[in-house]
Amino acid sequence: MTTTLDSRRLAMHAKRKRLNTFALTLSLLAMAFGVFWLIWILFETVRLGLGGLSMAAFTEMTPPPLAETGGLANAIAGSALMVGLATLLGTPIGILAGVYLAEYGQKTWLGSAVRFINDILLSAPSIVVGLFIYAVVVTKMKSFSGFAGVLALALIVIPVVIRTTENMLALIPNALREAAYALGTPKWKVILSVTLKSARAGVITGILLALARIAGETAPLLFTALSNQFWTSNLGEPMASLPVTIFKFAMSPYENWQKLAWAGVFIITIGVLLLNILARVLFKNKH
Amino acid sequence: MDAKVDLPVTEKAKLSVRNLNFYYGNFHALKNINLEIPEKKVTAFIGPSGCGKSTLLRTLNRMFELYPEQRAEGQILLDGNDILTSKEDVSLIRAKIGMVFQKPTPFPMSIYDNIAFGVRLFETLPRVEMDERVEWALKKAALWNEVKDKLNQSGSGLSGGQQQRLCIARGIAIKPEVLLLDEPCSALDPISTGKIEELIHELKTDYTVAIVTHNMQQAARCSDYTAYMYLGDLIEFGPTAELFMKPKRKDTEDYITGRFG
Repeated sequence: MTTTLDSRRLAMHAKRKRLNTFALTLSLLAMAFGVFWLIWILFETVRLGLGGLSMAAFTEMTPPPLAETGGLANAIAGSALMVGLATLLGTPIGILAGVYLAEYGQKTWLGSAVRFINDILLSAPSIVVGLFIYAVVVTKMKSFSGFAGVLALALIVIPVVIRTTENMLALIPNALREAAYALGTPKWKVILSVTLKSARAGVITGILLALARIAGETAPLLFTALSNQFWTSNLGEPMASLPVTIFKFAMSPYENWQKLAWAGVFIITIGVLLLNILARVLFKNKH
Repeated sequence: MDAKVDLPVTEKAKLSVRNLNFYYGNFHALKNINLEIPEKKVTAFIGPSGCGKSTLLRTLNRMFELYPEQRAEGQILLDGNDILTSKEDVSLIRAKIGMVFQKPTPFPMSIYDNIAFGVRLFETLPRVEMDERVEWALKKAALWNEVKDKLNQSGSGLSGGQQQRLCIARGIAIKPEVLLLDEPCSALDPISTGKIEELIHELKTDYTVAIVTHNMQQAARCSDYTAYMYLGDLIEFGPTAELFMKPKRKDTEDYITGRFG
C-alpha cells in the first residue's frame, strides 16, 4: 500500500517540478525581453546624451536653428516650474479626493461614481487632457501659456494621487481606526493623525510617481504651454519645457538641435530614474 | 432568553444591558440580552466563536456605529443613562468607556505620543503634567520600566506584549470609568499574558472591566463575574466561582468542561 502511495506522490512531484521549471523559464524569458529593450534605451540615451551634454546645456538658452552653441536652460527651468506647480496643485486635490473615497464614500453611489470617473481619467490619453485644456483655457485666454500647461499637467497628477491615496488608506487595518475611535477621537483627527500618517510613505510614493510621469509628458504641453525660445518665468506667456523642446529639436534637420535633444532626453531620463529610486527608498523604509 | 440576573445587593451595576438586540444587516446576532455589569469588578464573557461576545462588547461603546449595516436595539445604561439614545457626543461616551482590542494597535507615533494622543483630545495639560500623566499610565500598565528610556521611539518597535500594554496604558491615560478588553491576550505569549492578567487584577480597584476571552482558565483566574453566551443568547451569568463550580445550566457545564465548544 505505502509503496504505491509513495510512487504516486513521486510521480506527481516530478510532474510539478517539470511544470515549475517550464513556467520559470517562460517568466525569465519575458523578463529578459523587457530588460533587453530597457538596457538598450538607457545605453543609447547615455551614449548620445552625454555627447550633447555640457555646462552650456544647463546655462544657455535654446539656440536658433543653425547656431553652433546654446543649451536647454529655459526648457529645464520651464519644466521644473510647470511640473512643480502642477504637483503642488494636483497633490492636495488628489489626497483630499483619495481620503474621501477611502474613509467616507467607500460604499456610497457618489464614491463609486468618483472612483469610476477617476479610473477613466487615469487611463485617458494625455493628448486628450492637452486638447481639453486647449479648448477651455487657451482659446478663452487667446494665448498659449505656462499656466495652461500647469493645469494640463495637474489634471494628470490628480487621478494618480487619488488612486494611490485610496489604495494606501485601504491597506490600513480597520483595527487601527477602531482603536483611535475607541479613545473618542473625532473622525477628521483619526484620518489626519492615524490613518493618513500610517499611509504616509505610500502616499508620498504616489506623488513622486505622478511627478515622474508628468516630467516626461509632451502631449499635454503641446497645445497649452507650447514652447518658448527664451527664458521666461511669466506663467501668462508660452513656456519652454524639456519634452516639447526635445520633440521640436529631435524632429529638426539641424545637428546642434539633435545633439541638444539627446542631452534633454538624458536629463529627463536621469531625473525620472532618480525620482523612482527615491520613491522606492521611501517606500522600503516603511515596509 | 433569561431575564436579567440580579446582582447581590452589595454590588452596584455600572452598565445595565436591557433587552438588547443586535443585527448585522439581516443577521440577528444578539438576542434580547439582559445583563448587569457590576462596578469595579471584572466581568468575563465566554462562549464559542460566533456566539456574540465580541459583538456585545462592541455595542457597549457604540463601536458598531462605524459600520452602517450594523444596528442595535434596546438599552445600555451607563450609571442609569442610556448611551444608545444619548444626545451626548459619542466621543465623550467613548472617553468614559475605553476599549483594548485583540491585536495590538500602536499609532504611528512615539511611545510618549501614543499615550498623550488620547489625553490631548480632552485636556490641555502643561508639559510637566502631561509627562506625569504619561508616566502614571505607563506605570499602571506595568510598562514604565521597559520604556522609560525610549519614550521618543516609535511604538511599533516594541514587542507584541509591550505593544498591548501600551494600548492599555493609552486607554487608561484618558481616565475612563469602564475598560472593555476584547481578547486582549490572544496574540500574546504566556509571559505577556501573565503580565496582562496581573494588570487586569490591579485595574479593577479603579475601573469596571469587561473582558471577552476564549480562554476559560483566564476567565476563571481573573474575573469576578462570568457570562456564558451561545449563538447570540446569554445562557448563564453569575459569580465566576459559582458558574465554574456548579453551573445552573447543562449547556454551560458542557462548555466549561470541554464536552462542547
